[in-house]
Amino acid sequence: MLQVQDLRVAYGNIQALHGISLSVAEGEIVTLIGANGAGKSTTLRAISGLVRPRAGKIVFQGQDITRTPAHKIVAMGVGHVPEGRKIFTEMTVQENLELGAYIADPKRFHEDLNAVFERFPRLRERRRQSASTLSGGEQQMLALGRALMLRPKLLLLDEPSMGLSPRLVQEIFEIIVELNRSGTTILLVEQNAAMALSIAHRAYVLETGRVVLDGPAQDLQNHPAVKAAYLGGGQSANG
Amino acid sequence: MRKEMLLPAAAVALLYLVLALLRQAGVIGIYWGQIVDLALITTIQAVGLSLIYGFAGQFSLGHAAFYGLGAYVAAFITRTQGGTPLTFALALLAGAAVAGIVALIIGLPILRLRSDYLGIATLGFGIIVKVMLDNADKLSPVLGGARGMAGIPRLTTFHWVFWLAVLTILIARNLVNSSHGRSCIAVREDEVAADIMGIDTTQFKTLAFVMGCAMAGLAGGLYAHLYSFLHPSSFDFLKSFDVLLVVVLGGLGSLTGTVVTSIGWVFLLEGLRDVLGQQFLDWRWVVYALILIAVMIARPQGLMGGKELSLDMLLRRRAARGGADHGAA
Repeated sequence: MLQVQDLRVAYGNIQALHGISLSVAEGEIVTLIGANGAGKSTTLRAISGLVRPRAGKIVFQGQDITRTPAHKIVAMGVGHVPEGRKIFTEMTVQENLELGAYIADPKRFHEDLNAVFERFPRLRERRRQSASTLSGGEQQMLALGRALMLRPKLLLLDEPSMGLSPRLVQEIFEIIVELNRSGTTILLVEQNAAMALSIAHRAYVLETGRVVLDGPAQDLQNHPAVKAAYLGGGQSANG
Repeated sequence: MRKEMLLPAAAVALLYLVLALLRQAGVIGIYWGQIVDLALITTIQAVGLSLIYGFAGQFSLGHAAFYGLGAYVAAFITRTQGGTPLTFALALLAGAAVAGIVALIIGLPILRLRSDYLGIATLGFGIIVKVMLDNADKLSPVLGGARGMAGIPRLTTFHWVFWLAVLTILIARNLVNSSHGRSCIAVREDEVAADIMGIDTTQFKTLAFVMGCAMAGLAGGLYAHLYSFLHPSSFDFLKSFDVLLVVVLGGLGSLTGTVVTSIGWVFLLEGLRDVLGQQFLDWRWVVYALILIAVMIARPQGLMGGKELSLDMLLRRRAARGGADHGAA
């Protein structure tokens, strides 16, 4: 479904990605794990067109989208839940969801809105509330719900667990698995490597802009290097 | 929908009649009449910047330059083609169009970028326009250059100004309330988020910028034919700050805030002229700065702060005060 070949991205003089290649097949959950600054978010931003790569190629469903503007990539079915959620805090919950459906077929709006409210009942309760009054977990749900309004084929999730309590992390990850079961392909970026590996089919380990390891998530969970660096032999490396 | 429009439409018509009659009867003299006209012209200009900065979040420091462009283009046309109502209408249109087209040319490359590049570019543009106007007599002696452009037919009347201000506000209101307006607000709030909603952010930033600058151009044309004299110093880049202040004071993202503040601002400056007397005229700028500071301390979000004032709201508030104890909060 998605192929990324030798992707290179630089911010000014600082090269963030030194040639990343990865692929996501339809129906998969693929996760990118790695430390801060490894290039995980940049990879997602390049895929959804928010940053222009210096070199490399991104192909989505057989179409080259390397130079396609962000708003057109969304229209092709790539949803992006960005780091820090980026919800519209001055708008109400419902207005956020309406904007999520901005380029969707208006005839499907009520059906999609109801589907989001079914999945996140909390959002229905707070639909008239300003999004700024939501808790961190609710904001994450809103960001997810907003992306779902477009029925994305591929969903890019950037650190959905960030700043959430362990119980909420659990909840969000259950939702991700559910979304995947109902047919959404997922590319997940996480610092919480243990959680990410537990739900993913395959994983890539990024280090300073390069893929250093990849394989089935289960194998990586038991890989000594991954264990030492990201899963924390003891408690030390837990984020 | 139609029914809801009836009351505001009646209120606007009534306002027009009252003001027109007061002027006819001489209660509002020539001097204050001109101040009313200037207040409405400032409103047109400020509503333009309100679209650009208040709604689309694009920081522009060159609004006075677009105002000046519109003024000189319109004045040039009536000076050379004669001052009939028809040429006046065409001149106003041309002033707005030129301002809009120049905005498009500037905006297209710059608005593709995020962040505040537009502020820097428009600041530079404002200075370029001032220098060009100073030397415009070399282009055509009619334009007058640094000595100013005189002899512009005095065609701006209250009727023109009032209805064009109403038209501008209506256009802005319809834009803001449309899905285009929503997109602009989304761009202002978070451009990255707007991008991933599938909103073509460049397109909407450009739309707001071009429309806003065209409104400034229109206001400029009216201004030129109100005082019949134009001078490049009236379109100095510092003048851009005046409009910016009006928009910020009124509250970003509030059209009614912009309208109320632009009218209030013009009257405040003129009122201070009376209160302070001729010797202390320059103290106006001190008083005005103090008011600015006071408002920013008391209401950092601006007078209206993203809310809109409506007749409906005022009536409901009165009804709530009179009757039920659960207010219409």
